Amino acid sequence: MKVAFVYVGPVGDAGWTFAHDKARKAAEAALAGKVKTSFVENVPEAADAERVIRDLVDQGNTLIFGTTFGYMEPMLKVASDSKAVKFEHATGYKTADNMRTYDSRTFEGAYLAGVVAGAMTKSKTLGVVASIPIPEVIRNIDSFTLGAQSVNPAVKTKVVWVNKWFDPPKEGEAAQALLDQGADVLMQNTDSSAVLQTAEKAGKMAFGWDSDMSKFGPNAHLASAAIDWSPYYTKAMQDALGGSWKVEPTWWGVKEGAIDLVSISDKVPASARDKVAEVKKGLKDGSFVIWKGPLKDQSDKEVLKAGESFDVKALLGINFYVKGVEGKLPSAK
Amino acid sequence: MNELALLIASAIASGTPLAIAALGLIINERAGVINLGAEGLMLVAAIAGFATAVHTHNDFLALLAGAAASVLLTAALGVLLIWFNTNQYATGLALSLFGSGFSAFVGVSYTQENLGAHAAAGIPGLSRLPWLGPALFSHHAAVYFAMFLAAALSWFFFRSKPGLALRAIGESPESAQALGYDVRWIRFAALLCGGALVGCAGAFVSVVATPLWVEGMIAGKGWIALALTTFATWRPGRALLGAYLFGGVTMLQLHLQGRGVSVPVELLTALPYLATVLVLVLISRNPRFIAANMPSSLGKPFHPGA
Repeated sequence: MKVAFVYVGPVGDAGWTFAHDKARKAAEAALAGKVKTSFVENVPEAADAERVIRDLVDQGNTLIFGTTFGYMEPMLKVASDSKAVKFEHATGYKTADNMRTYDSRTFEGAYLAGVVAGAMTKSKTLGVVASIPIPEVIRNIDSFTLGAQSVNPAVKTKVVWVNKWFDPPKEGEAAQALLDQGADVLMQNTDSSAVLQTAEKAGKMAFGWDSDMSKFGPNAHLASAAIDWSPYYTKAMQDALGGSWKVEPTWWGVKEGAIDLVSISDKVPASARDKVAEVKKGLKDGSFVIWKGPLKDQSDKEVLKAGESFDVKALLGINFYVKGVEGKLPSAK
Repeated sequence: MNELALLIASAIASGTPLAIAALGLIINERAGVINLGAEGLMLVAAIAGFATAVHTHNDFLALLAGAAASVLLTAALGVLLIWFNTNQYATGLALSLFGSGFSAFVGVSYTQENLGAHAAAGIPGLSRLPWLGPALFSHHAAVYFAMFLAAALSWFFFRSKPGLALRAIGESPESAQALGYDVRWIRFAALLCGGALVGCAGAFVSVVATPLWVEGMIAGKGWIALALTTFATWRPGRALLGAYLFGGVTMLQLHLQGRGVSVPVELLTALPYLATVLVLVLISRNPRFIAANMPSSLGKPFHPGA
């Protein structure tokens, strides 16, 4: 079976696309002899994407992965013309008879990073360099804050939006602004290592995001919230091979090994490591839930009562800051 | 108060590449040549400087390599503009487009490289002063180079004979030629000096400010530097202050966000560009003011005749 991947960035971006390509190789190795994979990189989220995907269909690929939100419409178009081919779209919400969606619970990684951040901060102020105000990113900022508050209830989080996924100079300047205002542990929902490098230069602390970024800031790096797409890619290819492929959304997290907190620094005390391990164990066996009551939003309004928790639909639509996050959400009216 | 000191520090750091590039472009424009290729030149210099830093771990060599790469391309531009009298605007734009494409092409294998830790910067002793230390005396050497350069160029343009000759060529190349100056070669030399500084600024961005390489990372700094030359009415001191002001506006919007001030992010992101337009409008309202400051032959071809 021929399988193709379409990437938005270069495979060498050290973050998002790098993680997808690593998983592609792992899945091909796991199913050696049964599948042959190929990829096209740097495909913009525009009309070009449709041409590239059609081309991949013509080349005889029967399973095609599109790894960014902006491929949603082009993939739908090609899917309606090529019924014999199966399509997999990352981070989207539209489906067809032969097109389904998958995503990673990155917020679980953000929560685990928050646990470490809460244990390490001295100024009780965390900083997040945020990309674009969509629910995914807001959920990550909130989860990071909730994780930190679970070990250090007085923690506050400051947020600076750069309105880009990938703009290293701006990410670096935003990180500097947060450090100037007293944040001593930084996290980011942007794609480069610039935030970590800025923290390294300033002698402060930060995390890696999407991929293991420890080599970019050996002193500042506390841990990396790394996505591992390989369990899903292997399963999706097996589904297609064995005829069990059907349209259903997949949103895997720590439980399925799709996200993890890796390369935790030696500076992190044993108590925080234990807490991380405990949360991971709870997420795996279902005994621990991140988004549960009692939970208050920024304005002190109760969002979840004790005993309640968010379902998947509510999680996907999160559009508010939890208590402890400072500033106003750009999209909030 | 401490935050203000840090804001000043980051405004200076963020304005430095703008200042160095704008000072280079002022040298060009004082001689009557406009170099619209600045954005592309800075990108080529950024990858040249970054690649050099990866292999040598030496900031100084990296900045030098950035300047050298930019000088090479500027020399080609100079031949076209000065000897072939091609349109300065179209040729400059072409160079800018070439630079951004070419830098992306050669930079592919460097996108994942890491420069490692920098040595602590700053002026020994003075950097320990309370408040003033972190604000003014804890910067990379290139930051002080920009300040020195602004002062040196002010002296050169308005207090030295070669500087006077350069300005004369920018005002009226025909008269300067009648006085015996070789307009073409002096313009070419001015263009190369400017190109070297623009390159130095580009390498500063990828080696010192954000030590990594990404396609298109100059993100409009070359265009802002070009706007700065007019903003500063072609005076080096004003260009330096203008650059710090633009750097300050960029950093201020990030600081305001961090403080939770509720202001539309999109508008804040556009602030440096709006400020440029506003100043352009203000100074252009007085034609005599512009005429008194703007080099008269700017952008016009020169034919030395027989």
